[in-house]
Amino acid sequence: MHFAINGRSYDVELDIRTSLLDLLRDRLGLTGTKKGCDQGACGACTVLVHGERILSCLALAVQYQRREIMTIEGLGTPNALHPLQQGFIAHDGFQCGYCTPGQILSAVGLARELQNGVPSAVTANLTDDAVEVTADEVRERMSGNLCRCGAHNGIVEAVLEYLREPPETGAAR
Amino acid sequence: MTPANPAMRRFGTIGQPVSRLDGPLKVAGAARFAAEVRPERLAYAAIVPAAVAKGHVIAIDAADARATRGVIAIMTHENAPRMGRPPRFIEDPDGTAFDSSPVMQDNRVRWNGQAVAVVIAENQDIAEHAASLVRVSYSPEAAKLSFQALLLSARRPASILGQPTEVNAGGDAEQALASARFTVDEIYTTPRYNHNAIELHALTAVWEAEDRLTLHDSTQMLALTVSTLARVLDLPKDHIRVLSPFVGGGFGGKGFFSHTLLAIAAAKLAGRPVRLVLSREGVFRLIGGRANSRQRVALGARSDGTLTALIHTGATGVMTGTIFPEQFTFPARHLYAADSLHLDQAIVELDIPANIAMRAPGESIGSFALESALDELAAKLDLDPVELRRRNEPQKDPTDGRAFSTRNIVEAYRRGAERFGWSNRNPAPGTQRDGEWSIGQGVATAYYPYYRFPGSAARIRITADGRAVVQAAAHEMGMGTATVQSQHAAQLLGLPLDRVTFEYGDTALPPSALAGGSTQTASIAGAVIAAHERLVEELLRLAGNDSPLAGAGPKEVETRNGGLFRKGDQEIGESYETILRRAGRDHAECEAVGTPPAEMMNYSMLSLGAQFCEVRVNDITGEVRVARWLGSFDTGRILNPKTAASQFRGGIIMGIGMALTEETLFDERSGRIMNPSLAEYHLPVHLDVPQIDVIWTDIPDPQSPAGVHGIGEIGITGCAGAIANAIYNATGTRIRELPITPDKVLAFTSQPYGQSRPLSS
Amino acid sequence: MTPFRYEKPADTAGAVEISRRAPAARYLAGGTNLVDLMRETIERPETLVDVSHLSGEIRDIDGGGLRIGAGVKNTAVAAHRSVRERYPLLTQAILSGASAQIRNMASVGGNIMQRTRCLYFYDDASRCNKREPGAGCDALQGFTRNHAILGGSASCVATHPSDMCVALAALDASVQLEGPRGARRSLNLTDLHRLPGNTPEIETGLQPGELITAVELHPNRFANRCSYRKVRDRASFAFALVSVAAALDLADDGSIREARLALGGVAHKPWRARTAEALLAGKQPAETQFRQAADAELSAARPLPHNAFKIELVKRVIVSSFVALAQRKEASA
Repeated sequence: MHFAINGRSYDVELDIRTSLLDLLRDRLGLTGTKKGCDQGACGACTVLVHGERILSCLALAVQYQRREIMTIEGLGTPNALHPLQQGFIAHDGFQCGYCTPGQILSAVGLARELQNGVPSAVTANLTDDAVEVTADEVRERMSGNLCRCGAHNGIVEAVLEYLREPPETGAAR
Repeated sequence: MTPANPAMRRFGTIGQPVSRLDGPLKVAGAARFAAEVRPERLAYAAIVPAAVAKGHVIAIDAADARATRGVIAIMTHENAPRMGRPPRFIEDPDGTAFDSSPVMQDNRVRWNGQAVAVVIAENQDIAEHAASLVRVSYSPEAAKLSFQALLLSARRPASILGQPTEVNAGGDAEQALASARFTVDEIYTTPRYNHNAIELHALTAVWEAEDRLTLHDSTQMLALTVSTLARVLDLPKDHIRVLSPFVGGGFGGKGFFSHTLLAIAAAKLAGRPVRLVLSREGVFRLIGGRANSRQRVALGARSDGTLTALIHTGATGVMTGTIFPEQFTFPARHLYAADSLHLDQAIVELDIPANIAMRAPGESIGSFALESALDELAAKLDLDPVELRRRNEPQKDPTDGRAFSTRNIVEAYRRGAERFGWSNRNPAPGTQRDGEWSIGQGVATAYYPYYRFPGSAARIRITADGRAVVQAAAHEMGMGTATVQSQHAAQLLGLPLDRVTFEYGDTALPPSALAGGSTQTASIAGAVIAAHERLVEELLRLAGNDSPLAGAGPKEVETRNGGLFRKGDQEIGESYETILRRAGRDHAECEAVGTPPAEMMNYSMLSLGAQFCEVRVNDITGEVRVARWLGSFDTGRILNPKTAASQFRGGIIMGIGMALTEETLFDERSGRIMNPSLAEYHLPVHLDVPQIDVIWTDIPDPQSPAGVHGIGEIGITGCAGAIANAIYNATGTRIRELPITPDKVLAFTSQPYGQSRPLSS
Repeated sequence: MTPFRYEKPADTAGAVEISRRAPAARYLAGGTNLVDLMRETIERPETLVDVSHLSGEIRDIDGGGLRIGAGVKNTAVAAHRSVRERYPLLTQAILSGASAQIRNMASVGGNIMQRTRCLYFYDDASRCNKREPGAGCDALQGFTRNHAILGGSASCVATHPSDMCVALAALDASVQLEGPRGARRSLNLTDLHRLPGNTPEIETGLQPGELITAVELHPNRFANRCSYRKVRDRASFAFALVSVAAALDLADDGSIREARLALGGVAHKPWRARTAEALLAGKQPAETQFRQAADAELSAARPLPHNAFKIELVKRVIVSSFVALAQRKEASA
């Protein structure tokens, strides 16, 4: 099977049952994507497919061939962090760090959904073209990413800052 | 490029909000967790859980599983390598097991969900599929499963964490209660809970040789895992190495359980490295959680609110033969100056997985009952609940009469009340509204004991390039250990933060006590202080007679500004580099064990706090939302306000879950946990979590190393009480049963729906 | 997960043909429910027929309705301009379900076909008539807090977990099906899901091999007065305890020309509350009126040990929803 991940292409023989998550973690060594439940219930395995956030644990890898997949490794590295990753550090938006890659990619996907005018369950007026960015909008839209350490405040602050002060172009990939 | 952490070049960062030093690795997904190491020839394991609560396995039909392509081995009690019983935590100094049952050594089933077989295969999908094909026949026996039905047979455990189970002080408390002018006497219940760290329990077990084991584990008990394994596997301790550089959340739940031995035994049986990652269901079935409880709190008071009687008794449901009763009466031992005290605990023994420490075990659920009762008393007295607590502030420990090492809870309450705006609250229930929402505020005391474990060691190495490496087999589960210990060591050594590296998470390093009981920061800091003292002596010795420090004794010098200097004199001294180079050394190294925690013997040492919250309760649906929170803590000196705030918040958020959304559903007919899933076990989500304000007194405890108290657990205490009290203030409804879900709120409120009101359209 | 064969047909006819030939086949779209159930070994299809690339458009249909392809992702439906303006009830319902990531994956067809969250259905050590017909039901005397109060049977008291379907039921949506040899038919959504009776393993009226190709929405006058309200155990990302899709169309004299009401979390299927609707038609909106309608609808409710609260809860939400809708100012849409 053929995959395009973080701008790189991979050809691998796979057990047909392999989830996109297990492909990334076990076969390709991209362990930044985390397994927290394998039940579609925690968001730790969030990755972007053509910029849209999905849960890689519920995704059979076979369905995601030849799609542009982005994992945390494609967003930034420890020495060249994406602004949102920096924001998570600055606002202490994590403790153990396990749910963190999923939270960050989820927020990147969230930003795109906002750009596209996708409303949420807390959006007051569904017919507005643009959604006002509020803390509750971020909370609702990030609710698919569980955090047990309780870094929610820092996460929301980091995401709000990122949404309100879009990074200079070039910094964000 | 990433801007450098601005704190890194600084000296003296204690008390500064330094960002986590492991942050870049974690946000980039580059921190390697236990399931992410990949030895050659790695095999994968999956567990078959028992489907009955008690009995014997009489047959295991693994033919289909064995015939599955890619299956390497199937381990059952019939072929598992022989292993001893794991020694028990607390009881045995080497022990870390909560349940000392043998693991896969016999055909007995001790709880529903216990592992009865392990499939080892070439990949995880094959292992899991083959595990689903293993058919197990049981000869079931009647199991003890109903807490309520067995409550009458509850028995008193011999001790609670080494403390007496029963405490009576100041005469007959029941008598005092009976004659009290104002009384509260209620039953409070709390359900089972599970830790549910987001990282699944994971191990990669590698037998380097027949008698040498390397274990990549996710554990908060490194040293004890080695000593326990040495006994179980009958190996010398130095043949076992456990690495755990990152732990994806622990909260008491990451340690030595049956899965540890299953992975090790599977690797032995398969003759290959084995990775065992529990499924989320597996975590629920194999790893215990917080025990359920039924508690009575009875208070007797005079009209001025001073307590004449404080009674706190009750029972928890625990696994038969285990020794962890959940110390829910501990808060009542130290918080209030009642004339008479009667505190007692019992356990109901059941055929269930052993309950284990979960963030403030006992104190979390005990403070719910106690602090709810205080609020009920305040309402009866028509007295402000903050004032009620102030009036019952003890001058010395109510149980043993010892002096407090430090105690500033009244000040924490004063500052908290001011910041929260407590005085704006209307004490009359059901008076604040916003549309269909009733609003209320509640308060409760947070309490967790100060502990420091003996035996923690640390090693400091100073190198000739002016850097330091500090080593301890400590645990970083997100508490900020790596960051805070670096700050502390840098401060002690007089080095900027970027010159200090803290190495941890590996039993090849000097042993640390477990990360539990909120002890790690003080325990390791104590060891680093001891190692530092030795290092000063060593450096003085190396400096020799050619040094400006010649003739100075260890007490006359101090480390600062990158070297060793005479105390009180800015000029006399020299850098570490100078000392080492002159001595022809590329480094100096010292290791020491921290002083024994004598402070715990001499003083009553407590961490305290005041939890203020505002809730909104929906009149129509019974939904409760936490709108506002302020935690005001008195927990000694805060080393890093940034990571400390996160620790407090984390505890509070877990407290919100405990109060409102979380419950492990245990079916008493089968002994089966029915919601082993993050979809059905409701951790709070982002939308459940308001902005949480935390403040602290920052008054150092003169008795503790570096003046610090552990703060990992206190945050969860008091939370459920504060929320239940706020719900009472909002609605006039008192709910004494956790979690407070909409159905319970509805059952107790009777807001009319559909009464004839004219519609304004 | 049990091994399976994977097929990706070029078109709907091809999908149906594969499915016809391989009876133990399942259609796979977003996978958000099916993959989870396969991992739990509750679903063990021999063949997976990938239809995620089929039926992916939303378009207007003659006469003013909207046709939503079964393969359209839930997010795309909720965010679609026409849906937001003409069927905001559907947008609200979809957005109250699951999480953003799941809504980005889940298809309309898959949402309709998702299976119950009954704890005993999910637990292979428990007896369940859905998993194993005739085995018995451990839910009946177990944790029934999330179970049905309407339309349950001695065989099964599970509830349907979808939010989207509750809105579709209220909107009188029809479901387009394609069967073997090009056989096409349409089914009202309210007729698609079944009550459990003695055969809870048969959850829908779909024939073997039939594939959902689209959902059709008809023109309506509810866009300004409709709401979806979901009550759950946490603020987001949880299945409903109960949910209420309500809509009102008021005549010029203020009377109710038509009311629509559907309930979630109360039955084995999205529960269209026709009794209540009939009582409200032609009446002046009044709280007592709504209450009588709610009482009448729920008079058939049969609570289980832990879910009697749902009766009171759903009545309250019905009444408050209608009251709010009746009071709503005519929007300038």
